[in-house]
Amino acid sequence: MTESAITGTKTTVRTYKDYARPLWRRLIISREAAVIGGLILVLIVANSTVVNFGTPITFYYLLLDVLPILLIALPMTLIIITGEIDLSVASTMGLSSVVLGTLHQGGMPLELAALVALVVGAIAGAINGFLITVVGLPSLAVTIGTLALYRGLAVGLLGTTAVTEFTKSWKDFVKSKIGDTQIPTVILIFIVLAIAFAILLHFTPFGRGIFALGLNDEAAKFSGINVERTKFILFMLSGVISALAGIYYTLRFGTARGDNATGLELSVIAAVLLGGVSIFGGRGALHGVIAGVLLIGALGSALRLASITSDVINIITGTLLVLSVVSTSFLAWLHNKRTKPGGKKTLSQAAKS
Amino acid sequence: MFQKFSRTSGVARAGAFAALAVSVALVATGCSAGTTQPGEGGEGGDANLSITFVPKNLGNAYFDTSDAGGAEAIEEFGGTYDEQAPAEGTPDGQVSFINTLTQQQVGGIALSANDPTALCDAINEARDAGVKVVTFDSDTSEDCRDLYINQATSEGIAKVQVDLIAEQIGDEGQIAILSATANATNQNAWIELMKEDLAANHPNIELVETVYGDDDDQTSFDKTEALLQTYPDLKGIVSPTTVGIAAAARYLQTSDFKGKVALTGLGTPNQMRDYVEDETVTAFALWNPADLGYLAAYATKALIEGTITGEEGDTFDAGKLGEYTVDAGGTVLLGDPYTFNAENIGEFDF
Repeated sequence: MTESAITGTKTTVRTYKDYARPLWRRLIISREAAVIGGLILVLIVANSTVVNFGTPITFYYLLLDVLPILLIALPMTLIIITGEIDLSVASTMGLSSVVLGTLHQGGMPLELAALVALVVGAIAGAINGFLITVVGLPSLAVTIGTLALYRGLAVGLLGTTAVTEFTKSWKDFVKSKIGDTQIPTVILIFIVLAIAFAILLHFTPFGRGIFALGLNDEAAKFSGINVERTKFILFMLSGVISALAGIYYTLRFGTARGDNATGLELSVIAAVLLGGVSIFGGRGALHGVIAGVLLIGALGSALRLASITSDVINIITGTLLVLSVVSTSFLAWLHNKRTKPGGKKTLSQAAKS
Repeated sequence: MFQKFSRTSGVARAGAFAALAVSVALVATGCSAGTTQPGEGGEGGDANLSITFVPKNLGNAYFDTSDAGGAEAIEEFGGTYDEQAPAEGTPDGQVSFINTLTQQQVGGIALSANDPTALCDAINEARDAGVKVVTFDSDTSEDCRDLYINQATSEGIAKVQVDLIAEQIGDEGQIAILSATANATNQNAWIELMKEDLAANHPNIELVETVYGDDDDQTSFDKTEALLQTYPDLKGIVSPTTVGIAAAARYLQTSDFKGKVALTGLGTPNQMRDYVEDETVTAFALWNPADLGYLAAYATKALIEGTITGEEGDTFDAGKLGEYTVDAGGTVLLGDPYTFNAENIGEFDF
């Protein structure tokens, strides 16, 4: 099909489908740009119609609220691009929260307890990675299992009690703002991690391996990518970042409980998919995901300020997500349908010219 | 060229699709945003009487009842009522709503806390911004709310159950207690108080045994059966837990003991309706959540208007419930538990 086009027109050079358009058009007309556009639209509309939305304090709370989702969305994006999924992230958060609380209650300094919690997160991720890559089980089944397992461990360790005594300076740090602005300091941690993950995914051979894996892992294997190692590293990263989010969550709310962050994995996956990552793997970009997280967060914040009840907020964000996923599949189907006969048309038109 | 064009328009359409969805969502809600701003509507006189109820979660019949009580009170004194809560009973969900209410500058928040400490920072930010915070049903730490509306005291709960069983068995005979778990703090405290009350005021009633149904329906059911087999002369059972009383009632309803062995304790009207209507159970106790919400609303109003500050000894008027006094620790006691029977159970739905 492409070859016939080449023979038909002198000016066309051989290109890959994804690179068929000039850079500026690829950047502006893309799924990621649509999400960013959606985010800007939400901000503008909310700013002009919702009282109290356009204040710096709104964005301060908004960022504090979505930070755990932002953090976990980074490794989750990479995992979903490989065609896998990690459902155990929120349970890992709960587990790290409980580990932090129990150790700190037992007299361990907060910094050391946090380090142990991160190690526990790494182990939790490594168990997922081991079962998926070495044993060869599907990630959906494995992480549903560890979702229950890690949550069970967390609740089992602390029971129904909660640890609420934490070093005040750390609790204050979590809620502190940069200088006189209303930007939370902790967002800097996210920015550093986001840059690191963006470089890893978009500018390293490892990152290109992730995309290749998601498109066709057999082909990726034969082109020299260590499939098992790549996936194992990603699941471990996911565990560590989830544990970090769990530590943040514990300090922000000043309470370590077994049921902390229950159900958060769904918010993360929803935001990642809204951000343009294909659930079938092989496609996605971090800037779209970050915009997706902020879009859901800003929409929720605006609707809460407009005194919309949480049930309605859930309905709206759910519908938005379904529409965004359905629209991609529907448009891809439409596109295929139009280009198949269209391919012949191009040929005949090319032949005429 | 043709191929390129159709591809571009497809992606552009994806963008348009998403944008459309977002606009629809926002326009749909943006319209109502103008009308439901609590901060604007509630300026009755100089005090901002917009009060928002934040229960543990939405879709909970108990809180629907309490918040309806609050709405009734707020309508009486001409404030603005609103209700906001997460769909699931989590502290972080409540924090988002408390933050939002702080920004909206509501006059007061009536809150049933999902966690005693996790909400404190958010509540204190609200209070710094001038919002009055009253907890009801579930308290937070004492230092992070203005008042707590306590539904009942342990003494009150113990006494009402002893009085009910004494009345139902004619103040003499054997009774047993069907409790929750062996180490349930609340139940054990009540049982101790019940024993004291029985020894002091009801010498002819003999408490033969306390059994534990572990707050499990089937276990409680089996324990009831075992009690009735072991003590053929048993005249009454007291179950100070909603799971226990419902399971015991289910057993009595279909057994020969129906009408011969009295059953009372703490239960909810929806669970017990059947058994009260067919006379397996004559009366049981709990507090009235509608009154609880009603009182919380009036307490919030008094705080907003500055008639009270939450100090011990402050008194305020609570409409149809009369006058209330603030006790030590910034708590206000709703009163004696409420007794549900065949005559009044139809009025409740929780």
